[in-house]
Amino acid sequence: MPAETSQPVLRFERVCVSFEGVPALEDVSFQAFEGESRVIMGATGSGKTVLMKTALGLQHPDSGTVYVFGRDTSRMRERELFEIRSRIGMLFQESALFDSLTIEENVSYPLLNQPSIQCPRDQVRPRVEEALKFVALEGTLAKFPSELSGGMRRRAAIARAVVTQPPLLLYDSPTAGLDPITAQTIMALVVKERDLNKSTTLIVTYRYQDGNLVANFRYNPENGRLEPAGDHGGSSRPRTIFMVLREGRLVFEGAQPELEAAQDPYVAKFVKHRG
Amino acid sequence: MLDFLKGPFIAIQEFFILTGRALRNVALRPHYTDDVVMQMDLIGVGSLPIVILTGFFAGAVMALQMSRALATYGQVDQTGTLVSISLVRELGPAFTALMMAGRNSSGIASEIGSMKVTEQIDAMRALGTDPIQKLVTPRMVATAIMLPLLTILADFIGMFGGWVIGRFFLGLPSQQYWSTVWRALEWNDVTQGILKPFVFSFIISLVGCYYGLRTTGGTQGVGRATTQSMVTASVLILVVDFFLGKIFVSQAVS
Repeated sequence: MPAETSQPVLRFERVCVSFEGVPALEDVSFQAFEGESRVIMGATGSGKTVLMKTALGLQHPDSGTVYVFGRDTSRMRERELFEIRSRIGMLFQESALFDSLTIEENVSYPLLNQPSIQCPRDQVRPRVEEALKFVALEGTLAKFPSELSGGMRRRAAIARAVVTQPPLLLYDSPTAGLDPITAQTIMALVVKERDLNKSTTLIVTYRYQDGNLVANFRYNPENGRLEPAGDHGGSSRPRTIFMVLREGRLVFEGAQPELEAAQDPYVAKFVKHRG
Repeated sequence: MLDFLKGPFIAIQEFFILTGRALRNVALRPHYTDDVVMQMDLIGVGSLPIVILTGFFAGAVMALQMSRALATYGQVDQTGTLVSISLVRELGPAFTALMMAGRNSSGIASEIGSMKVTEQIDAMRALGTDPIQKLVTPRMVATAIMLPLLTILADFIGMFGGWVIGRFFLGLPSQQYWSTVWRALEWNDVTQGILKPFVFSFIISLVGCYYGLRTTGGTQGVGRATTQSMVTASVLILVVDFFLGKIFVSQAVS
């Protein structure tokens, strides 16, 4: 759709969200363009998750407007939102796999239940297998989420988010509560999905090294590894914007060099976590 | 003063909105027939043991206690009449519903509450399903079908319990017991005995779903939702039971 390429995929305009009078997002404005990566950082309770849920239309803004794929979703009804949501993949903080369903049923859920995705029945199983292969969990089709480790659950949830190959992906704290090695694996999957499907990606994290990985590495489909981009490699450096939230307000927005040069002590704190 | 009332009023309003949407969804697509059948199994078949036990002892204890009162008038042979009327009109529906409130309202609230606090409800919405359509409506429909059936079963088991007492402890002939049981019942009793559980079923399922869906505050919140749903459902059942009983008694007498 040529009309949409010039438009931002996701646009927040002076968005305010509050819960029972307590503001969670205040006057947040930004635009994310196609193919862009956005790393959203901030302390606990700074509104990162609320921002994700507002982008997905799970939470309606009190004031301001959210445009997704150029359409105003802020006052849309639930049934109209399903069409928009079918083009967004979301990884929830606690994975949010359905406990009562097997991994296969979990991953096939969006294919079978998204009203606007007409996936032929015989295509479901191959696509589920493909998505699970993408996250290297081929052998777990019949297992229940409770039988998997935390890192495997996170990977299965990524498979569920990417199975429909959505152009916009939202990852809410993909590495939270994981050991450094598993966290690295998860971030490699995030980068791999971004580079293979050219999807616009929003990542919430508090680890600076996650952002650094997203900003400076590319997935190489030939050897299946992440490689540094830009300086010596042939591939271009991915366009990455960092955003820092503080108590619901957007206090920083810019590229990595600007983030590293930031003087604000709150913003600088996130950079010092560099590992 | 007004602030004090605001909370309960909002809660009642939200409850009726949920009820309205759950009822409307019965007619709307998509229909989750599989979920309805699964819930009928969980809620209905799963409740069989406790319904049989409570039914039996409710009937037995009625026969036992009433025989004492009837002995004053020398009418012990009318035990069947009392057991039958009290079971079909009152004890069968009320006991079964209270047991179901304890077992299923709380079960529904804790299941949906856990899903709420682990973001599974959000995930459901994100993946194109209306949680009310997928979770609330199947539970409501399943309970509305199963509770009247379970109540009828409890009534019969209760009558059997009364027979055990009558036959072995009061020395009543079986044929006399069963004929008094049968003759005591009128259409009014039977209608009331089936309408009541139908109404109670909505209290049981929707109160459970309501508390489940508004759960906040992690696992502690799930515990709170579970308790609240059971207490609220039980109290509502007794209150509604009184008013339904009032309507039917006035009708029968006039």
